[in-house]
Amino acid sequence: MIDLTYFKAQFEQLQMEDPDANFTALRQENFDKFNIAGLPNYRTEEWKYTGISNIFNQIYLPGGHTLTTADVDPFRIPGHHKANELVFVNGRFDAKLSNILSDETEMVVLSLKDAANGKYGPLISKHLNSSNVLIKDGIHALNGAFITEGAFIYIPKSKVPEHPLYIYHLLDSRAQPTMAQPRSLIYLAENSSLQLTETYHTLGTADSFCNAVVEVVVEQNAFLEYYKIQNDRANANQVNTTHISQIGKSYVHTVAVTLNGGTVRNNLNLILDAEGNETHLYGLYLLKGKTHADNHTLIDNRQPNCYSNQLYKGIADDFSTAVFNGRIMVQPDAQKTNSFQSNRNILLSDNATINTKPQLEIFADDVKCSHGCTVGQLDEEALFYLRARGIPKEQAQVLLLQAYAADVLAEIKSLAVRAYVEKLVYEHLSIL
Amino acid sequence: MDMLSIKNLHANVEGKEILKGINLEIKAGEVHAIMGPNGSGKSTLASVLAGREEYEVTAGEVIFTDKELLEMSPEDRAREGLFLAFQYPVEIPGVSTTNFIRAAVNEKRKYHDLEPLDSVAFLKIMKEKMKLVEIDQSLLSRSINEGFSGGEKKRNEIFQMAMLEPKMAILDETDSGLDIDALRIVAKGINKLRSPDRAVLVITHYQRLLDYIQPDYVHVLYNGQIVKSGTRELALELEEKGYDFITDEVDSTANNL
Repeated sequence: MIDLTYFKAQFEQLQMEDPDANFTALRQENFDKFNIAGLPNYRTEEWKYTGISNIFNQIYLPGGHTLTTADVDPFRIPGHHKANELVFVNGRFDAKLSNILSDETEMVVLSLKDAANGKYGPLISKHLNSSNVLIKDGIHALNGAFITEGAFIYIPKSKVPEHPLYIYHLLDSRAQPTMAQPRSLIYLAENSSLQLTETYHTLGTADSFCNAVVEVVVEQNAFLEYYKIQNDRANANQVNTTHISQIGKSYVHTVAVTLNGGTVRNNLNLILDAEGNETHLYGLYLLKGKTHADNHTLIDNRQPNCYSNQLYKGIADDFSTAVFNGRIMVQPDAQKTNSFQSNRNILLSDNATINTKPQLEIFADDVKCSHGCTVGQLDEEALFYLRARGIPKEQAQVLLLQAYAADVLAEIKSLAVRAYVEKLVYEHLSIL
Repeated sequence: MDMLSIKNLHANVEGKEILKGINLEIKAGEVHAIMGPNGSGKSTLASVLAGREEYEVTAGEVIFTDKELLEMSPEDRAREGLFLAFQYPVEIPGVSTTNFIRAAVNEKRKYHDLEPLDSVAFLKIMKEKMKLVEIDQSLLSRSINEGFSGGEKKRNEIFQMAMLEPKMAILDETDSGLDIDALRIVAKGINKLRSPDRAVLVITHYQRLLDYIQPDYVHVLYNGQIVKSGTRELALELEEKGYDFITDEVDSTANNL
């Protein structure tokens, strides 16, 4: 069982071993927050349907790693030769295992520490930890308390990197249960563009817990495409926070796909902080076994004339649980906001659970907001039609579920990533 | 040889008895028509034969090419060579028609220990059959029946029949919702698929389909039973006199008992 004393000891050790002035105060601030808030539990509304206390029933040992590029190979996305690959091992950015093709004029990749001590220092002190504005819980503060070997990615003004960026998060739990707290800050300068994909994998059979935070800043006329693919072991747990600040009129397009895992909690928070921002959020979760996937989205509309559209779809089979909580805030200044949200679910088993909750908080009087959620079953008539043509029931079900997932998968604009995910989805559904 | 032999078939839907003892023998090469007023059990019979699970068979047996049909799953019935052309073909967004038909054809081949068709072989057969039933390529590259007109849906059914080459085809009200031109094209397709080793069961409310697909035998289904059987002339008589002339007779006999 891990308690506060355990984290306190680790925290103090880190502060001592790594007394980088850029981070010590920030860590302290976060640790104090964690100290007060503690780990979230079901008594807080935001964590009502997702319990993570079980994750802390055991000790996770920190430590280095011995992984080589060969260990990374099985997890690379096909077509990776034409991509920038960033590797995190046990929550720490590993420059040696990473492979950056784009040159510095197109994409800057540094460790957070190096970046903070160089010319990007002011950007980092301004934006690192900006996610704290929207998220106050202890588990998020815990990540901030342990900021060390994070990554900093910067796309310079008017640059559209030729190669996409893939970030692989690897957790090595071959010897013992492992916990990782990766942290990144990504900055898209004016008129730039980035296509980013993140995946998460545990090596080994012991439990793992990944508490990841990514903060993204998007300037005027920049374009972010962001894909998050979660297909890890059944005892790999995750709290994954993505915070995107659209500080200039810009375009953000995200797709989050959750297949296998233990307890997976995603926070996707956006601040639409400039007039005329456009944001598209898509999600797909195909759950079986005992996987628990919780997608919390939050769109904070702060300026007029912003547009956002959300479509999250999912399937819950076996004993799995899906949670969707879509919060839309429209601040008093955010007149003419257009914000749409839809969550659709299919229950495949009597033992599966779906909790879905739209949450709209509107303080402006001239806005268009809509939300809808559905929970249903597979179309029996369609299933029979396919079977009546000789397609076995299981395969007919796979065909229908693939079709169900297709419109979200079609939102993955990168053909390489889409092909990769479609294959994962097909394999996943075939053994559903 | 008997293709399909139905003996004393009783079936319920939600506890209500719809089929009350159907007897019917169909031989290879024959075309039978089942006619009857609304609610007589025509579509229930088609559904029971195809294996819809919400229908409960309470008595009787159905032998299809020497096998117990009712023991088989819907997919096995199809792979054994039974084909149901749906009265209301389902729209399935996201599943391409071509991929679906290819999967169906290959599942059937697998069942009969045949190698699956590769793309080239499949496309070649598809081209032939498309011509046969006059269906356009553009329809087949779309999702199954999505946005198809009534006529296109029925033509797609007949195309699937052509591709799957069943031993026995059941056409459930294939004429419903079709205008006269669509009806003619669909009927033409079906006629091209008639063969000495294939049996066809046409289920229809109206005689007009039978102007195009001439049946060898006509049966009248009423209140869950076949109350009259005859040749093609029976259909013409029904057209002229309406169902009343038979149903009245059946009802008065029942009342007199």
